[in-house]
Amino acid sequence: MRELTYRALNLAEAQGASYADIRIVQQESQSISVKNGVVEALSRSEDQGFGVRVVVDGAWGFASSSYLEPSEVDRVLALVIQIAKASALVKTQDADLGPPVVHTATYLTPVKVNPFEVSLEKQIELLLAADEAMRRAQGVRVARSNMAFLREHRTFASSEGSFIEQETIESGAGLEATAVGKDDVQTRSYPNSFGRHQGTAGYELIEAMDLAGNAGRIGEEAVALLTAPQCPSRTTTIILGPTQLALQVHESCGHAVELDRVFGTEASYAGTSFLTTEKLGNFRYGSAIVNITADATIPGGLGTFGYDDEGVPAQRTPIVRDGILVGYLTSRETAAMLGQQSNGAMRADGWNRIPIIRMTNVNLEPGKWDFNDLIADTDDGIYMEMNKSWSIDDKRLNFQFGTEIAYQIRKGKLGQMYKNATYTGITPQFWASCDAICNEKHWNVWGTPNCGKGQPTQIARVGHGTAPARFRNVRVGVTR
Amino acid sequence: MLGEEKIRQITAKVLGLSQADQTEVLIFSDDRQLTRFANSYIHQNVAESNVRVRVRAVIGKRVGVASTNNTSGESLQKAVETASEVARLQPENPDFISLPEPAPTPEVRAFSEATAGFTPESRARVVGDICRRAVESGLVASGAFSTSVREIAVTNSLDVFAYFPTTLGNLNTVIMGDDSSGYGASTAWDVEQIDAEAVGAGAVDKALRGRNPRQIAPGRYTVILGEHATNDIVQVLSYIGLGALAVQEGRSFMCNRFGQQIVDSAISLWDDGLDPTGLPLPFDFEGVPKRRVSLIENGIAMNVVYDSYTAGREGKTCTGHGQPAPNTRGPLPTNMFMAHGQATLEEMIASTERGILVTRFWYTRPVHPKLAIITGMTRDGTFLIEKGEVSYPVKNLRFTQSYLDTLSSVEMVGGTTRLIGGEAASNGNRVPALKLAEFEFTGVTE
Repeated sequence: MRELTYRALNLAEAQGASYADIRIVQQESQSISVKNGVVEALSRSEDQGFGVRVVVDGAWGFASSSYLEPSEVDRVLALVIQIAKASALVKTQDADLGPPVVHTATYLTPVKVNPFEVSLEKQIELLLAADEAMRRAQGVRVARSNMAFLREHRTFASSEGSFIEQETIESGAGLEATAVGKDDVQTRSYPNSFGRHQGTAGYELIEAMDLAGNAGRIGEEAVALLTAPQCPSRTTTIILGPTQLALQVHESCGHAVELDRVFGTEASYAGTSFLTTEKLGNFRYGSAIVNITADATIPGGLGTFGYDDEGVPAQRTPIVRDGILVGYLTSRETAAMLGQQSNGAMRADGWNRIPIIRMTNVNLEPGKWDFNDLIADTDDGIYMEMNKSWSIDDKRLNFQFGTEIAYQIRKGKLGQMYKNATYTGITPQFWASCDAICNEKHWNVWGTPNCGKGQPTQIARVGHGTAPARFRNVRVGVTR
Repeated sequence: MLGEEKIRQITAKVLGLSQADQTEVLIFSDDRQLTRFANSYIHQNVAESNVRVRVRAVIGKRVGVASTNNTSGESLQKAVETASEVARLQPENPDFISLPEPAPTPEVRAFSEATAGFTPESRARVVGDICRRAVESGLVASGAFSTSVREIAVTNSLDVFAYFPTTLGNLNTVIMGDDSSGYGASTAWDVEQIDAEAVGAGAVDKALRGRNPRQIAPGRYTVILGEHATNDIVQVLSYIGLGALAVQEGRSFMCNRFGQQIVDSAISLWDDGLDPTGLPLPFDFEGVPKRRVSLIENGIAMNVVYDSYTAGREGKTCTGHGQPAPNTRGPLPTNMFMAHGQATLEEMIASTERGILVTRFWYTRPVHPKLAIITGMTRDGTFLIEKGEVSYPVKNLRFTQSYLDTLSSVEMVGGTTRLIGGEAASNGNRVPALKLAEFEFTGVTE
């Protein structure tokens, strides 16, 4: 592979590129899906290719191919130079990456049990056991469970002299029980909704989930939700469970602090951000107990890696400190526009996509509360957990989220189960109303394996560390 | 572009290597280029060449899938062996009957040499014109212009062979002012059918007219939905309820309502992968010929679409809507058409005492799929209508609304339809504007 990178970089320089980098990505993945006692889908995939990024005449070009051959490198280099020159026809300023970044390094995800060495029979057996346990609840119409594993080898080389090789391993799994009534469908998931929880880890992550031990409970909860009352419509106190809070952080903070969005370069698709740069260092994003950090170094997080796709080392960056906006997720080019250096958030969805600013692990730092004490301290409110529906405007201000399950909180105790719970708000007002966050004991980094952004669409795998937290005066129960 | 002969060589090699009872090979060969612009300049400009080969092996009632994008003999052999290996390792699926039998592939064309040969310089010229138009109006342009070539081929050991080369051109732009934005888009398999000037001019006009938006109270309004907003309704309904798996699992709004009036009689919706005015594809990803399927006719729930698996479970005929294996989402309609009416947009506005004109929806998500209750935002051009005229722009609104309920309050249907597609070739809908009497807005944004 090293020869291909030299060939590409030398050709780029010879054809007038002032900067060039090449990424060679080789992926191996496996997914298993079980439904109602049957293996619904079982597949293994291999994917490989390279992508070359250049600056010519001050403008960007990118071209990629699945053929890892010298002749194809030559063809792609000619194409990418042509593309960059076309970009230069419509430019307002030259691309500026800031000071050179040069690293020679390797990185390997630490795993205890390589998931690709665990037998398929064992994996299927575990999913079938969980499937059976979910369907033990009378009324569960569809039980689904899945596992997914990914091994990805990335080689990065740049004309500045970087050469970095990384191998990341991811493991994930999840359960979903669906109960169907006459005019109602209710689903409960474990450990997270929308498929699964995932991390940069080995099979030990799957074993720690205790899928079979939690399957019966979510089956029963799905059935109970069919006859549970509708979440009331009112303004009240809410406590968000950890996975729902992960979604809240993702949508209302993580995307909002992507500096490319802030600068308008995602305007036509994902939108912009209300967190414009004049707010840096002075804007009250949340209450004084709200501290949010982007941390690509935390072990096991789905947004954990060694170097980003510009060769910048993984970092831990404060985003919100004591409620004040203090940082963004940046690339070399956007950081330079702020007079900063990149904090390593440029990530590409494979060899055939250009790196764009993506979340790493954007974490709400833990607070001081024990969960039981927090419930006991709440006289009247609603506990909501696990995302079911999510929508937010193109500036990341007005959001409305729904959860799979909710419980009334009355005089310091969890009570009546509610279905179809929703809550809505405006981002800084909502975070300003946060008056309690649970402690490290309740804190976990949740994986979000399906974050979409960019044109062509890119799917990123990111993480969010959260513990339950309380918010005051929130409008809940918007269902129509 | 590989071409049919090369693809036949690959599929023949894979079938020859397989020892499974039945074997299917699905090939996607893609050459895609996209020029993206923001802040009135090109900031991302990309190209991709990829060939993906999926092998589905059937052993008894066990099914395994393996895929690779390496077409070397060694990798293809590994994919074949892996597909059979994972098939052998799993329990039988009693609902699996067979891979599809061969059937004649209907004739339809959706390939344009102009699209296939469109250059980065050509895209840059189009983008440059849009950027200049925006800047001259004191606005900022963003958007994307893509041109792509895709070959799809499906073959199986029962002698199915289906091959379809297609092209796609897709231009969209968001033009922004300090407090306003406007949207324009055009999709066609022949890039020469894209009127870039109209796309840019329309978006600039909306951004100019949208300046100084006022906040209005949420509540129930009459709405006039532009075609892009109508398309969101159609698209969301398709994935929450117009496929057979959603019905079989009891989560579709169509469940137990076939033959009943579910929306206004002015609404007819069908899927037709063979209609050349859409983005046609003559067969599905199992190689089954596409059939025209009436989904909603004069407001009455008629049918959903099937793949071979869901059709087999009900003893029905596959309609040619299978997705690539392995597929847990079930069949989906991907070429929908909504019947047009007679009204012009001007007539819709003139007949409205008080209402809201919506350019498009954004970030729409199901709140209650079985009741088709959806939440989302308006975006890129939202205006209040009073006494038959557009009176002023308004800040974007959040809605929480059953799409079926609002489609039960149709007052007028646009006399023309617009083709709206996404990134993927062969996947697009043709829909009209709609005037709906009742639509519930539940919040506002800044």
